[in-house]
Amino acid sequence: MNSFSTANPSTLKKHDLLSLAVLALILLVALPLLLDIFRLNLVGKYLSYAFVAVGLVLCWGMGGILSLGQGVFFGLGGYGMAMFLKLEASTPEATAIQSTPGIPDFMDWNQLTELPAFWVPFQSFPLTLAAIVVVPGLFAALIGYAMFSRRVSGVYFAIITQAIAAILTVLVIGQQGVTGGVNGITDLRTLLGWDIRTDFARYVFYYVNGVLLLGALVGALYLQRSRLGRLLTAIRVSEDRVRFSGYSVAHLKTFVFCIAAVLSSIGGALFTLQVGFMSPTLIGIVPSIEMVIFCAVGGRLSVFGAVYGTLLVSGLKMSLSESFPELWLFGLGAVFIAVVMFLPYGLAGVYRGLSERLSARFLAGRVSGSAAARIADPS
Amino acid sequence: MSVSTNTACVLAIEGLTVSFDGFRAVDELNLYLDEREIHVIIGPNGAGKTTVLDLICGKTQASAGSIRFRNRELRRLKEHHIVRAGVGRKFQNPSIYDELTVFENLELSFPRGRTVLGSLFFKRDAAVLDRVQEIAAAVFLDELLHSEASLLSHGQKQWLEIGMLLIQDPQLLMLDEPVAGMSVAERVKTAELLNRITADRSVLVVEHDMGFVEDIADRVTVLHQGRKLAEGSMASVQADPRVIDVYLGH
Repeated sequence: MNSFSTANPSTLKKHDLLSLAVLALILLVALPLLLDIFRLNLVGKYLSYAFVAVGLVLCWGMGGILSLGQGVFFGLGGYGMAMFLKLEASTPEATAIQSTPGIPDFMDWNQLTELPAFWVPFQSFPLTLAAIVVVPGLFAALIGYAMFSRRVSGVYFAIITQAIAAILTVLVIGQQGVTGGVNGITDLRTLLGWDIRTDFARYVFYYVNGVLLLGALVGALYLQRSRLGRLLTAIRVSEDRVRFSGYSVAHLKTFVFCIAAVLSSIGGALFTLQVGFMSPTLIGIVPSIEMVIFCAVGGRLSVFGAVYGTLLVSGLKMSLSESFPELWLFGLGAVFIAVVMFLPYGLAGVYRGLSERLSARFLAGRVSGSAAARIADPS
Repeated sequence: MSVSTNTACVLAIEGLTVSFDGFRAVDELNLYLDEREIHVIIGPNGAGKTTVLDLICGKTQASAGSIRFRNRELRRLKEHHIVRAGVGRKFQNPSIYDELTVFENLELSFPRGRTVLGSLFFKRDAAVLDRVQEIAAAVFLDELLHSEASLLSHGQKQWLEIGMLLIQDPQLLMLDEPVAGMSVAERVKTAELLNRITADRSVLVVEHDMGFVEDIADRVTVLHQGRKLAEGSMASVQADPRVIDVYLGH
């Protein structure tokens, strides 16, 4: 009897597939044709932030868990990839002039004489890839479960995640012998012997980033349409009712927080590959908040909105911060306040409103059109 | 811990005490619930009625005493394990998922796919659809399955929450003021509904509406300042001078 009851909601709907196809066309065909490699590389950098924004749609938009520390997870992935690339660039031959050849240059400057133990796994590419997924996942599970099982939520959760971002930044800057300090990890050259600084490599990374992002979107859409997605909405609306319906709210929240963390980390790794360095300025409080703004501008509930919001705000930042470096942060803050006050569903909400109005008009036109046709031709 | 002699009890509460900063909200309470019994707790404001429900469902931790449900101690269990053991709780203010449809509200309450992975791979099959349809009809909402829950009237929201509990088929159903804010017609329908659904479960109700209590109660417990003042049939309780003095008399 009900058209929707028989269909499983977790299967992607037609308009999801259409939105995916449009985005794929824009990212994989239109932009590479329209932009030179310098600009395309910039877009690729922004798209690595989009992973964070998609994670925030699931975690904050749907589940109501506002994390102001997603830069932490972006950094874990970014640093993981940077450590691997740095080790590859620090062969004994390339670092022959150091007092200890074979270790990264900044370690030598800081009088380290051997590689710290936690760097050793990053000599292996498979282990590095595993670490990019497992380390932020475990870290998010740990802090997430510790807080959610104690019913820490809302503003308190946001403040704690922000504190973690601040602590991590201080730690990275302070321990410059093992982290590269405030300069970050720079001078990255090759990936498995293949030069990452060429135009060709940049095209390859752009496409890898684009395809992985589309994959992440498919996964995120599946999660949104699943029972878990509706449960996240339910938790945001009435957490106690979910708990007293037999669910472990702490488990559900921890899971989605981990998913958001892993997505951010993948974005961070792709950032390092495309930009060629990683530094503490990319993982602290300000970038963490910027990522929330990307998500809010795009629309908290729409994974596609998150991608467009990221591109738009990052693009604006790029052009405006060049002309008005002092005013840019105020502008960003104003955008955030305006979106929260006037467009709670962001660009995605505006788009939906417009398309509903247009399709209503189109349908009305068609009905009156066919009525007119019937009058003209009664047979 | 003493073992109840009354093993036929669905729920046996003994010596239950909770104090908040020295204030004893519930004090040495004993309460027993039989199979298929509708037991109503009444009493003046602040008597500890809602706190008793909070203690049973795990929302509040007791300071002393025991709560045994089918001879299983509930006091150390987490809330969702108490629910899975078969105890459902309706809150005083209708607590439903406003942004979801009536269908989705009921479906999320369907007792399957309650783990992270279970919910990720949950399939909406015929058993789910039939059950949602059946429960929606029982709580008078079968015409409104596709409406967003926020659009329901206050009484309909109360029914929806009762439906969300029914779909879990709890052995013990706890209702906190189920007819508060309902019209007379809605109240009659709710009494009918409760009498129908109690055929195969026990129900513990907190209620102020004396007419409604008279309609549904098998047994009534009067609470006053966290202690049991009287217990028995509605008629015997109403005739009790102590009850008239602290609660019914004014």
